[in-house]
Amino acid sequence: MKPAAFVRHVPKTVEEALAILAEVAPQDGRVLAGGQSLVPIMAFRMARPAHLVDINEVAGLDRLAVDGGKLVIGARVRHAAFHKSVADGPLGKLLAYVVRHIAHYPIRMRGTFCGSLAHADPASEWCLVAATLGAEIVARSKRGTRTIAAADFFQGIMSTALAENELLTEARLPLLAADAKFGFYEFNRRAGDFAMAAALATYRLVDGKIAEPRIGVGGAEAQPRRIAQAEATLAGQAPGDAAFRAAAEAAAKAIDPLEDIQTSGEYRRDLVRAVVRRALEHSA
Amino acid sequence: MTEKTGITLTINGRDHAIRVEPRRTLADAIREDCGQTGTHIGCEHGICGACTVIVDGEPVRSCLMFAVQAAGKIIRTVEGLADGDRLHPMQEAFMQHHGLQCGFCTPGFLMLAVGVLEREPNISDDDLLDVLSSNLCRCTGYQNIVKAVRAAAAEMRGK
Amino acid sequence: MTAHTKGSGTTWVGRAIRRLEDPALVTGQGRFTADLPAAHWVRFVRSATAAGKIVKISAPDGAHVVTAADLKHVKPIRPMLHKFNYVPVAQPILADGVVRFVGECIAACVAASEAEAEDLADRVEVTIDDTAPLVDARDALADGAPRVHAEAAGNVIVEGKVKTPDFDAVWRGAHKIVKVDARSRRQNATPMEARAGHAAYDAATRRITFTCTTQMPHLMRTAIADLLGFPESDLRVIAPDVGGGFGQKMSLAAEYVVLVWLARKHKSSFAWTEDRRENLIAGFHSRDQHVTLEGAFDKNGKLVALNAAVVANIGAYSCFPTTCGVEPLMAMAEMPGPYDVRHYACRARGVITNTCPMAPYRGVSRPVITFVLERLMEKAAAAFGIDPIDLRRRNLIDKFPYTSATGLVYDEASYKQTMEMAVEHIGLPAFRARQKQARAQGQHLGIGFAAFSERTGYGSPAFAARGMEITPGWETVILSVDPSGFVEARIGSSPHGQGLRTTLAQIIADEIGIEPQLIKVIHGDTDRAPYGWGTFASRSLVISGGATLIAARKIRAKLIKIASHMLEADADDIVLEAGSAKVAGTDRTITIAKLAREAYHQTHRFKGEIEPGLTETGTYDPPGTFSNACHVAVVEVDVETGRVRIEKFLVAEDAGRIINPMIADGQVHGGVAQGIGNALLEEIIYDETGNILSSTLADYLPPTAHEIPPIELHHIETHTEASITKAKGLGEGGAIGAPAAVINAINDALSPFGVSIDEMPATPQRIRAALRQAEKAA
Repeated sequence: MKPAAFVRHVPKTVEEALAILAEVAPQDGRVLAGGQSLVPIMAFRMARPAHLVDINEVAGLDRLAVDGGKLVIGARVRHAAFHKSVADGPLGKLLAYVVRHIAHYPIRMRGTFCGSLAHADPASEWCLVAATLGAEIVARSKRGTRTIAAADFFQGIMSTALAENELLTEARLPLLAADAKFGFYEFNRRAGDFAMAAALATYRLVDGKIAEPRIGVGGAEAQPRRIAQAEATLAGQAPGDAAFRAAAEAAAKAIDPLEDIQTSGEYRRDLVRAVVRRALEHSA
Repeated sequence: MTEKTGITLTINGRDHAIRVEPRRTLADAIREDCGQTGTHIGCEHGICGACTVIVDGEPVRSCLMFAVQAAGKIIRTVEGLADGDRLHPMQEAFMQHHGLQCGFCTPGFLMLAVGVLEREPNISDDDLLDVLSSNLCRCTGYQNIVKAVRAAAAEMRGK
Repeated sequence: MTAHTKGSGTTWVGRAIRRLEDPALVTGQGRFTADLPAAHWVRFVRSATAAGKIVKISAPDGAHVVTAADLKHVKPIRPMLHKFNYVPVAQPILADGVVRFVGECIAACVAASEAEAEDLADRVEVTIDDTAPLVDARDALADGAPRVHAEAAGNVIVEGKVKTPDFDAVWRGAHKIVKVDARSRRQNATPMEARAGHAAYDAATRRITFTCTTQMPHLMRTAIADLLGFPESDLRVIAPDVGGGFGQKMSLAAEYVVLVWLARKHKSSFAWTEDRRENLIAGFHSRDQHVTLEGAFDKNGKLVALNAAVVANIGAYSCFPTTCGVEPLMAMAEMPGPYDVRHYACRARGVITNTCPMAPYRGVSRPVITFVLERLMEKAAAAFGIDPIDLRRRNLIDKFPYTSATGLVYDEASYKQTMEMAVEHIGLPAFRARQKQARAQGQHLGIGFAAFSERTGYGSPAFAARGMEITPGWETVILSVDPSGFVEARIGSSPHGQGLRTTLAQIIADEIGIEPQLIKVIHGDTDRAPYGWGTFASRSLVISGGATLIAARKIRAKLIKIASHMLEADADDIVLEAGSAKVAGTDRTITIAKLAREAYHQTHRFKGEIEPGLTETGTYDPPGTFSNACHVAVVEVDVETGRVRIEKFLVAEDAGRIINPMIADGQVHGGVAQGIGNALLEEIIYDETGNILSSTLADYLPPTAHEIPPIELHHIETHTEASITKAKGLGEGGAIGAPAAVINAINDALSPFGVSIDEMPATPQRIRAALRQAEKAA
């Protein structure tokens, strides 16, 4: 289980990284950030990049700041940065709560937020956060910069809208309203394992009724996404068991479940029903 | 094979000038190029934690880093835990509470626990259990590892 | 450094002293096989196909690649049993024309580093004509199923049958028959150190030193020398620090034979370190069984007869040295467990399939049969409408010695007492009240009990009963006091985490009156240790400990004799303590170090009455002794997701005299954790093509600290005549009882739903599937 040979490139600036990427991407070149997902699959030789563009020394990619109502997360920001609240209000708390569910402490020391998005594992907590909160993902190449909405970014199991010569330089998460509520719940077999289903819920209360609900489900489908049917059942309802159960049922019905030899579609729906309701209960 | 690069790894305060391929993991370099075989390799895909070392103050899986990425950083391994003949409180606690049997996972657990407690000395018991679930042990059923780490944490805080 | 004294009346035995093994291990100074540098590294090309014919193997020009064609003079592995309709099948060291499981070695690729050997392996092309694989044992038993080995018609290669006289009549006269149809899925022992070997040629002596991570160094020497056809004395096998074994490292790895062959041929050093994927797919599996068990009870709930059918999937080959009989025959011999039942019938078959070979794993079959038997007791209690504890009370063995229906002799034990102890400490009535309250709030708690016997420390007659061509059993210990007074015990056992260096030192220390810290226990080196069987089957403390005690008593006698001579006192008046021989009631004393000097350097003084030197040998071959325990699990089942959380685990156990309580508790903890993994998490999964889907530790799931609850232990010490140290074995018990306790607890929690979970592991998917089915039926 030793990785296949590769050439390592160590750019110091984004421009340099983009120039190298433009050159090596067509020759099986990939970006190396935290490496906590890429290196294992290289060890199994399921990935055999001929070139790795190691962005760990690129200046400026470690930016983590609130700018224009958004939390800007640079490509070198590690999971562990979120162990403490990084933004005022509910968003910082949400991220600090969710991060504890990502793998294990030593993995969080190295793995990066943006790397998780680029890797696009269906079970990734950060992908679920990005999809639910409507993150903007900034992709740069030598040709220019484009901003991709999370809903367009995730395109399937480990598949994204990123072109091979593009570097995901940062992600931007909209701040949550000061009175926003959030809830998160994840189901896995062992502590720190990939989620078999996870849900993130946010909403505000206006006159005691749920407003602007967002219900995201991850780990259950090929990519995380908001479940409109569940959100529709919640809007205008008073928070509580009846509303939460109805939303959970709607989500369980709405998904196109991932199945494997152990996990039937029915079971995945059972899990979605449970995690959505529990995320909502956690929010209340 | 690709061309080897000359790098210097600083392990437990000692410099090791070595030549490695870019694909050489830090775990392999520590063990084979620098001869520090106290760090063990249990899975090479980041699950078991036997290879945990401390790099620039952070406990990390050395199987998921390339050696070339660790050049210039401060690396600590189990061999550097004791101060001469005086064992680290974590080592003492593992012996006192029978936190090891075959001893293969032990260096990883020691470096994990020490690495986290140095960063978060006042970590709660629940969070400490979360941290210890990072690594796998097949012998002890974790009972005495948890006991040892809690005892050492108290000792380390006392200092 | 010392903890409480257990009150055994002796100085060191019974005390929780720190382990002598630990200082090296906590400082990174442990020495494991993979730590050795080698001139050449080997990577194996493994079959990606479960069944087929090898059409072509092509390697890059000039590359060092070894295939079966190169090993024409090497014998295949062909373990032998002389009973039970055993059909010997041959395992070629490298696949020879045919592949029989995914992961089987086809070629060995040699290069200067592991990475380059792997690069080379990637470039070796193997063309295989696939044939239809057999993955499930029941498919392999079907009429017209293809043969995995031409010589094994019907794919059954071992079959045990037993039926006591009068069985049929008793069965017909029974009041109630209760049946369990159970399935245990396949597991991998998963030691944290995977397998590894390192073979080095010594030009001066022309010998090979083979270092490997094994539980049986002498057996490795015998096997490899036999297969390669050279004298055992030209092979030195070293088991250095071994990172866990749990049975997986008993069996001969074909890979090891290749390494020694390479080292002999090329007069150099060759190493292989198994990676985790290889270990999970090809490092031996276990516990893949279908068991049907029926119990016949009289009207009082007394078990009068048991009828069992065991189908064990033993994989593609028979393992050396135990053979593939180990699982089905152990199941057959020990199915009645701790219960008194006079009539018994069993048919136990080992079925060959296109899967990774089965080998012993901690508990061997008993985690499975205990699970099945304890499910039976629960179901029977329900059928009788009585408390399952009460049903057990009516059936547990309580008169000793007890001869079982299969002829096993049970020595003194405490089956009933440990169960009552468990019931008391867990607080059963309070739990039932809490359970009722919780149910009313939609929370599903359950409690599960498992009583069991654990046959441990059995010698050669027990193994001979299986008809093994290689019959293990005895152990030898050579104990020496050197001229400087230091003590060295060389043992044939091969501990790898069990703390035997400490516990044997405690036994010796008490006999000859010196501190354990001055005693070195030497093991795991065929040049330094006497021939022995190694460490497995909960045997080392009983058998090696017994041999140690015998040798230590001889040394003691000799020290007293020398002291008597030197102190001019009657031997009966001499006591050995605190490093000296003393004449009781006087101040006349002489140090043991001085006695040792005399024994070597002043022998002329003894006038031929005392042999020179201070070395004695002890050999012990006991009949075997049964440990016992009762395990209790308290669980909560999340009925929406199927997840099981274990709230508490309690063990009341009896392993006879406890030599070191700290080490004994650690053994139980570790066993229970593996048992919990067995019950809930760990499963090797094949698809229908025989491809393995659980080849990473993200798919095969040993428990983490999070999944293991606090474990509460209680001890009874029944001192048996079946073990001269009075110690019984306890290495496997934790793993034997825990699965049954957890599964019973799950079923207790789910009793309102009318489901029965009789499959391990009880994954969330399986629990939900059962509940969904019940919901649909309702």
